[in-house]
Amino acid sequence: MSIDVAVFGVMFVVVLGSSIAMLFARNAVHVALFLVVTQIGLAVAFLLEGAYFIAAIQIIVYAGAIMVLFLFVIMLLGVDRREALNEPLRGQRPLAVGLAALLAAEVLYVAYKGSDLITTGGGSQALQDLNADPGNVKALARVVFSRYLLPFEVTSILLVVAVVGVMVLARQMSAISPVSARSGSSVADKEEAA
Amino acid sequence: MSGLIDAIGPAVIIALVKVLVTFVMLLGITLLVVWAERKIIADMQSRVGPNRWGPFGLLQTLADGIKLFFKEDFRPRTADRWTYAIAPIATMVPAFLAFAVVPFGNEVTIAGHPINFIVSDLNIGILYFLAMGSLGVYGIVLAGWASGSKYPLLGAIRSSAQLISYEIALGLSLVPIALVAHSLSTLDIVGAQAGTIRNVTFFDGIPVLEQVANIFRYVPNWYIWSQWPAFAIFLVAGIAETNRPPFDLPEAETELVQGFSTEYGGIRFAMFYLGEYIHVVVISAMAVTLFFGGWSGPGFDFLPWLWPLFWFFFKTALFVYLFVWLRATLPRLRYDRLMWLGWKRLIPAALLWIMVTAVVNTEGVSRNVRLGVFAALFLLVLAVVLRGDPRLKEAVTPQRRRTQGRLSRGAA
Amino acid sequence: MVHPAHPPDLSTTQERCYKVPDGYFGQYVTIGIFAVVGVALVFGTLSLAKLVRPNVPAKDKYTTYESGIDPIGRGWSQTNVRYYLFALLFVVFDVEAVFLFPWAVVFERLGTQAFIEMVIFIAILAFALLYAVKKKVLEWL
Repeated sequence: MSIDVAVFGVMFVVVLGSSIAMLFARNAVHVALFLVVTQIGLAVAFLLEGAYFIAAIQIIVYAGAIMVLFLFVIMLLGVDRREALNEPLRGQRPLAVGLAALLAAEVLYVAYKGSDLITTGGGSQALQDLNADPGNVKALARVVFSRYLLPFEVTSILLVVAVVGVMVLARQMSAISPVSARSGSSVADKEEAA
Repeated sequence: MSGLIDAIGPAVIIALVKVLVTFVMLLGITLLVVWAERKIIADMQSRVGPNRWGPFGLLQTLADGIKLFFKEDFRPRTADRWTYAIAPIATMVPAFLAFAVVPFGNEVTIAGHPINFIVSDLNIGILYFLAMGSLGVYGIVLAGWASGSKYPLLGAIRSSAQLISYEIALGLSLVPIALVAHSLSTLDIVGAQAGTIRNVTFFDGIPVLEQVANIFRYVPNWYIWSQWPAFAIFLVAGIAETNRPPFDLPEAETELVQGFSTEYGGIRFAMFYLGEYIHVVVISAMAVTLFFGGWSGPGFDFLPWLWPLFWFFFKTALFVYLFVWLRATLPRLRYDRLMWLGWKRLIPAALLWIMVTAVVNTEGVSRNVRLGVFAALFLLVLAVVLRGDPRLKEAVTPQRRRTQGRLSRGAA
Repeated sequence: MVHPAHPPDLSTTQERCYKVPDGYFGQYVTIGIFAVVGVALVFGTLSLAKLVRPNVPAKDKYTTYESGIDPIGRGWSQTNVRYYLFALLFVVFDVEAVFLFPWAVVFERLGTQAFIEMVIFIAILAFALLYAVKKKVLEWL
């Protein structure tokens, strides 16, 4: 058994195990933690495919930044809050199921067709360029800053829109309910008031 | 068994040996650093410091470790069991993993195999270092949350906000290095700093300066000369990342008891403690690697492999001393000033410096122009600092704000 | 760049084996060994301590610390929304920093065009920071 098969095996078990555990975890922080483990496992999967830069991004951005954001959200909302049964967004569950089915169908289709679909598609030349360079940081940069320049710049606009939107919302939030804008002592305060 | 060794080849054996040697070394250094800090601080405060165990109290850290080992360990009733147990591990592991990309000696050949004194030379070394830094947040945030107690939670949330703020500055301060080195591999970066600054033709033709410029032949070609603003940002952000004074808000004992680790005791507390010092060693080693030429230094014929190791550890020790010195000197920052420094000073400064470095390093700009720009900038800042311009103080101090009537909003 | 003389043999896997030099993956295997040994060491220390340390349960030992008095309320409470804003800004600038690295590595070859592209990118993201400063989101008190 060569070493990459062994690594793949371990990665497979860890990613799948933590994903399933995530679904059944009751505590929001535990869910976030299992998601972190999944992200790190996926980084290993990228390493196996020789995408070292993507693996680093996976850890820095997903495991390091976005999951911290998740944890902050959980702590912002208060972790021991029971799951709300009345949903503010109507029909989001059926919609989620539908979209998930669509995604699963897509994944199955790609798996059925094999990697030919990706390598012979429109991005084949770019993909070959990427794989020609070990570690592919330089090749990736050349592709991003020439061929995929527009998506790259649009990404920044997307990020800015997200930030501005959240700032507007957060300001409204602290204006409406002062409790959520306060920290730490809020629970004790509430109990004292009661 | 021998069949297995044949199958996996000598590479894995070398890797194993490297890993074990690095671990022993890292733990040994960390124990020494803990002792050294106590001794140095004691000296700065006119005390004696540890002097009971071993010569000069050298074994004090070990004695403390053994003591903590035999201490009862109890988890608060309100704590979240598994998260509480994972947090110390989550603190330790990223801290020492970051050391894997630090080269601490020149290449040597043992039994026909060229061996580098580095656990592994990753082609994305700098990014790996940053990745481990970003995972370091979890140890603190989990410890604080899992304790189910108020002080740790406040300490943790405060600390993680501090860590993520300074992580950006840390990452951005390394971009100029990647720009001038054309590589993210730490081995390449050390290699690019080898030798001395030669061929300074800037002063050619000017009688006296031409002679003076000869000293450049003895000045090592380190990145610190041209990249000192990046280094300044790296150092400040690095100290903030280690949670050391003056950025030790996570465990500000006057406000938060012991911060995120309040509810931890015994060997688990020792893990947090050890993790912090490993982090100090790693940041020092990284500063040496990226800005001070790593292991490069004058070598001699006597034991040629030893000198790079000596220079690396010597430079790292100087940085550790700086860490301790800062702790003995500077008071803790207030939280709003900490955030102010990170977001409104360090990040814009880092972005600006990346742009300056990029412009100066554009193809076609001659080496003399580059040297001129960096030298002029250095002299300008030196002049401003020496003159003691009041605007300088304004630039590094947040403006006073009226806080009346706003205090009730509550600062966390 | 120097790689181990004999990297782990990856060529035995099927056709889809990687088009990168094997040495690179070998470096990551070393990291893996480093991580495994480290985790084992930490875990071993913690387990060993569990065997040797005393255990004398007492009810009051298991309360949380609250300056010597009985804790009031629960330890888990909501945090300030500001922290969330910082985390979001962090994500944005983290993405920016990560994009800057490949740009920096190839900058000399791409030249002025890449410089302008990156200036636009940074300017757009700097707008977010500027907006936050203007809206006083970054002010603490």
